[in-house]
Amino acid sequence: MVETQPQRRTIGANGAGAPEADGRPITMSVRHVSKHYKTGTGSVHALEDLSLEIPQGEFICILGPSGCGKSTLLWGMSGLHDMTAGEVIVNGTPVTEPRPEIGMIFQDANLLPWRNLWQNIQFPFEIKKLDPRPFEGRIRGLIDEVGLAGFEKKMPRELSGGMQQRASIVRCLSYDPDVILMDEPFGALDAFTRDEMNLLIQKIWMETGKTIIFVTHNVSEAIFLADRVVVLTPRPGRLAHIFPIDLPRPRTVDMTFEPEFIHVVKEIKNTIETGRYTPLPKLTGAARS
Amino acid sequence: MASELREAIPTFNQPQGGEESADVDITNWSALTSTSFARSWGEAVAIVAVAVVFVAGLEILLRVANVPAYTMPLPSEIGAALFGNFGLFAPHLGVTLRVLAIGYAIGAVIGIVLAGLITQFPFAEKIITPYILLLVTTPMIALVPLLVQKMGFGPAPRIIAVSLAVGPMVMINSATGFRRTDLAKIALARSYGATTMQIFRQVRFPLALPMIIVGLMVGAIFGLLTAVGAEIVGSGEGLGNRLMFYSSRIQMANFWAVIVILAAMGILIYVFFYWVGKRWASWQA
Ligand SMILES: Nc1ncnc2c1ncn2[C@@H]1O[C@H](COP(=O)(O)OP(=O)(O)O)[C@@H](O)[C@H]1O
Ligand SMILES: [Mg+2]
Repeated sequence: MVETQPQRRTIGANGAGAPEADGRPITMSVRHVSKHYKTGTGSVHALEDLSLEIPQGEFICILGPSGCGKSTLLWGMSGLHDMTAGEVIVNGTPVTEPRPEIGMIFQDANLLPWRNLWQNIQFPFEIKKLDPRPFEGRIRGLIDEVGLAGFEKKMPRELSGGMQQRASIVRCLSYDPDVILMDEPFGALDAFTRDEMNLLIQKIWMETGKTIIFVTHNVSEAIFLADRVVVLTPRPGRLAHIFPIDLPRPRTVDMTFEPEFIHVVKEIKNTIETGRYTPLPKLTGAARS
Repeated sequence: MASELREAIPTFNQPQGGEESADVDITNWSALTSTSFARSWGEAVAIVAVAVVFVAGLEILLRVANVPAYTMPLPSEIGAALFGNFGLFAPHLGVTLRVLAIGYAIGAVIGIVLAGLITQFPFAEKIITPYILLLVTTPMIALVPLLVQKMGFGPAPRIIAVSLAVGPMVMINSATGFRRTDLAKIALARSYGATTMQIFRQVRFPLALPMIIVGLMVGAIFGLLTAVGAEIVGSGEGLGNRLMFYSSRIQMANFWAVIVILAAMGILIYVFFYWVGKRWASWQA
């Protein structure tokens, strides 16, 4: 099993509201970031004056239409790209280059095809020149947990898309980063595998208490996973609204069919279409628990 | 270049810049993998059976038609010459192998290093590529008489010719490999804090390796042809020289025995690189 970090989440609490309110330290701050891409034909304005505070252990989803700048924001937060203006701070340090306390999970699993599964999981250690032996127990536990035990010798092309993405999750968790950035990690998977992966990622998050920033263009996926859903406007991406999601945890696939869930789906879709938040009529009576 | 890589967010499930679709190269990995060798004993037996039938058929045909030995010796005579006179051929085989090995080593190393460097500078690459193509398509044997005039009958002109045949061939294929920059994999390595050198060693080089192996294989075969050709036009030794020697004396059994040795060398080169490809580049197939 995965080593559980001390700050195990209390289920269903603290869903809402301003993050400062519950006194958790801020792990990541995005302060007034903007991004212009220079291209051959001019400049593309991808992000405009976006700010976010993400407390430790929060699961935050960034949601918006394709091309609104979600990846741009996430890649800026990872230190892989520079922002044109503004700054990103992790645990008090400005992010100007990739940092060891930040892990990234990509859309396709992004395994190296010439390495088998086990060697792929070793890859971060080789680059970081870190001795993997102290982490071996942890890695075995993770492989077990995501259901890949016995597949260590398999090459990526011998694994299904879902299994590859599980392997990439293990690769990211293996060296124990505090913050995990995920850029539409399940976008290429079929709906059933996606549900499975969402349940898995929720489980891992509840056990490890990582801070997760998860980019998606899928509204129910965002609500299913998130403590807060950050909705962006079409390009240039600005903050449209932040939806606190206070559904109890662990969440189940069945919950996505409940009226309360669908109410939030409608509100978010409406926000994406109009670019700003208008509350829809509240559900009546007993629907809320 | 570096800043380009920094800016781009790779789009997945789409062909990315520099992958097969965009490449125009002389050869292709499929040349190595599509023609596969015997996978089972049955297939191996069938391949040997074809050879036996062919050789036996030729033997019977030549005997029945009474073809004179100076036109085409009997397979049995060729076989007898090959084993009986191998002591005569061996020193020349050694000479050819030495020229091939030295010329090949020089050409291959220069070819790979140059390809790795040049692909880092797209502009320089555009300028240089036509000249490399020119070198690939020019038969380097043509240089040998010229070099012999200057440098004498020693192995140097032949080694130079082999290097010039191998180097550009290895380079053009390796360059195709190095051009396959997979931005997502480079970003992955960078997310762990990889240095430029680590990115090269752990991402760019493995990504290029299948094409490098193809280049090395085609280069080796080109090198062999060039070594033998150079011995025909400008050498007193080596297997190529023996071809001239035996044909001028109408010792056709010996002549054909040398041809068989050369064919065997070619097949060995192919088998060796086929195995190398299976071992080091099978992820690609
Ligand atoms: N390297 C780049 N050069 C120019 N424009 C870019 C580049 N990367 C992204 N863009 C543009 O910036 C906008 C936001 O892109 P992106 O962050 O990938 O959106 P999302 O992830 O939300 O789909 C898009 O219009 C995209 O075309
Ligand atoms: Mg994106």
